Amino acid sequence: MKREKSSSDVLWSCFLLRSCAGVQGGFAPTGGWRMPAGSGRGRSVLQRSLSLLLSGLCCLALLSLPVRAEEETGFDLDYYGRFRGQNLSINVFNWGEYISDGSDGSLNVNKAFEELTGITVNYATFATNEELYSKLKGGGARYDIVIPSDYMVARMIEEGMLEPLDFANIPNFENIYPQYRNPEYDPENLYSVPYTAGTVGIIYNTTRVQEPVESWGILWDERYSGDILMFSNSRDAFGVAEKYLGFSLNTTDPAELTACANLLLEQKPLVQAYVMDEIFDKMISGEAAIAPYYAGDYLTMADTNEDLAFSIPKEGTNLFVDAICIPKGAQQKEAAEMYVNFMCEGTVAADNITYIGYTTPNSAAYALLDPEIQEDPVSYPPAEVLENTEPFLALDQETGLLLDSLWTEVLTTDSGYNKWAMPVFVVVAVALSISLTLVRRWRKKRDQFK
Amino acid sequence: MNRHKGLSRAYTAVVLAFLYLPILVLIVFSFNKNKSRGAWTGFTLDWYRKLFTNDMILTAFMNTLIVAVVSSIFATVIGTAAAIGINSMNRWMKKSLRTLTYIPIMSPEIIMGVSLMLLFVFLRTELGLPLEMGLCTLILSHITFNIPYVIFNVLPKLRQMDKYAYDAALDLGCNPWQAFYKVVIPEIMPGITAGFLMAVTYSLDDFVISYFTAGPTSQTLPLAIWGQLRRRVSPEMNALSAIVFVVVLALLVAGNFSAIRRENRDRKAVGR
Repeated sequence: MKREKSSSDVLWSCFLLRSCAGVQGGFAPTGGWRMPAGSGRGRSVLQRSLSLLLSGLCCLALLSLPVRAEEETGFDLDYYGRFRGQNLSINVFNWGEYISDGSDGSLNVNKAFEELTGITVNYATFATNEELYSKLKGGGARYDIVIPSDYMVARMIEEGMLEPLDFANIPNFENIYPQYRNPEYDPENLYSVPYTAGTVGIIYNTTRVQEPVESWGILWDERYSGDILMFSNSRDAFGVAEKYLGFSLNTTDPAELTACANLLLEQKPLVQAYVMDEIFDKMISGEAAIAPYYAGDYLTMADTNEDLAFSIPKEGTNLFVDAICIPKGAQQKEAAEMYVNFMCEGTVAADNITYIGYTTPNSAAYALLDPEIQEDPVSYPPAEVLENTEPFLALDQETGLLLDSLWTEVLTTDSGYNKWAMPVFVVVAVALSISLTLVRRWRKKRDQFK
Repeated sequence: MNRHKGLSRAYTAVVLAFLYLPILVLIVFSFNKNKSRGAWTGFTLDWYRKLFTNDMILTAFMNTLIVAVVSSIFATVIGTAAAIGINSMNRWMKKSLRTLTYIPIMSPEIIMGVSLMLLFVFLRTELGLPLEMGLCTLILSHITFNIPYVIFNVLPKLRQMDKYAYDAALDLGCNPWQAFYKVVIPEIMPGITAGFLMAVTYSLDDFVISYFTAGPTSQTLPLAIWGQLRRRVSPEMNALSAIVFVVVLALLVAGNFSAIRRENRDRKAVGR
């Protein structure tokens, strides 16, 4: 409960600061200040100039009482106030539903950042790492903050798509646990700051799976035929097979990958569906009984269906990290670093992680969480489990292509019509156009004789 | 006879159910207490309350509306002018231009999306135009794919129009401009309105082209929904869709009522 209080504190003190700024300037703006529910962008010129004026005055107010203000918000206002009044904006590109949005008394992170710093946040979302990659590679859009997963960070570093961070501007990096620093995907920790982490495990319905789940092998158990769900993305699906066979998640050996593909092919008749987010509904409603998925999402499902349980198989699993980075071409690098720093504030990171449900790599945020969550072995597994995990790294291009083609083969085998669809379509189209021409000619002839 | 009536009624019911059941399910689950789309756990209005405090969704919704309205207005003006021009060309030109206009409609959207993206990138990097991906590029691309729909709604009206009406207006003392907006425009107005409405609809719906040409400051609603796919589409989207559906339904019903009333009035006037 301590946390909720502190987040509302921020807003309250911002409000206080503004009204006192108004008094200093000789008028009381309490009525006209509040932003409309929509967004900062929708404000009228009058409101905007008023807010500019006010934010300027706010700076004055800050200068006169910095110590007191700092006590109230818990944020370093000298640091966060640097760009006030400059009318800057940063473009943030994040996963959907991946930031605390102010519901249920939590902190609206973007709005709080805007109010604290005077920097406007333009927020957009993506659904896959590959989508993020192609948007950046396409070069059409300018982003200042992106949040890719580990292997995509590695790939972007390799291709020179990320800007090295100036850690002098990110003092809150000290909140990040040592084990999350210098990760394998960014060995010298120059480009990224971890945002969330999590493991992959097996979610199962205890009313239908009575035995203890200890191995990935249960996904190949014929007794559960038709009740098994599987990842629809190649990397995660192959990850399961690789761990079951005892290979590395980042193997580049074609023989090992082919063995995995064969194993996945063997599993195919037992699989009810290859899914991503549909897994929530299928597991909650009991339509399926076993599925590999992310630990944090299990907690969300278990909120609704108490029969669900989670297990990390003994063969080991994948530990993923999503990290905040600044892409090349960012125009407000310092403001973006301020945003990164803000995301690492204990209260902010705690609200984010509560909203998302994954594991936090941030020690200050962990300290603020409910004891119940802190001791949850799903989110914060014991050290021996963590030791047995492996991150995804960037695969070289050749392996990536092989993986994709093997996966396509797994998904399309024994639905042979896929191979035939194109020729059949062409033949039908040609036959149709020929017969149409013939019919037309025949009609013309008939009409001539009439 | 009676049996036939029952059958046709049943058929109508099945068709209606097929069309509206999905929307009904969507609306029902916007009142569901948990986030699931499969399990009903109780009634709540929470998602509607949260919707109105969710900046991201509301901004996306505003963006969608702005893009739809602005791009449709521009597309309607350009498309109408183009249709009038095409209509007064000779037969061969008319035919080839019609085919050219068909191509964007017939070809898969993804082709237009990618090519527009490449064009914008080219304009910015090679020619140095300050064309960041954003609201501006999004509106430009929506205008582009909306123009053909307007043209194909206006052209038939022009063909139906009496060729000599314009000349007659000139004879009766109009200058060309007056003849255009007092005679030609009213004649083809139904086509223009239909084209405009169609453009708005396509623009609201569009995902593929927006996916390639939107930037960080111009996320539309379809893009926001897509973004939630890794972590599940939130029921706030259901709530928003329900509201949009009800508003559109209300508008349609009101429109139909006023049309019926106008018809009745006209009939009376004729009868007298």
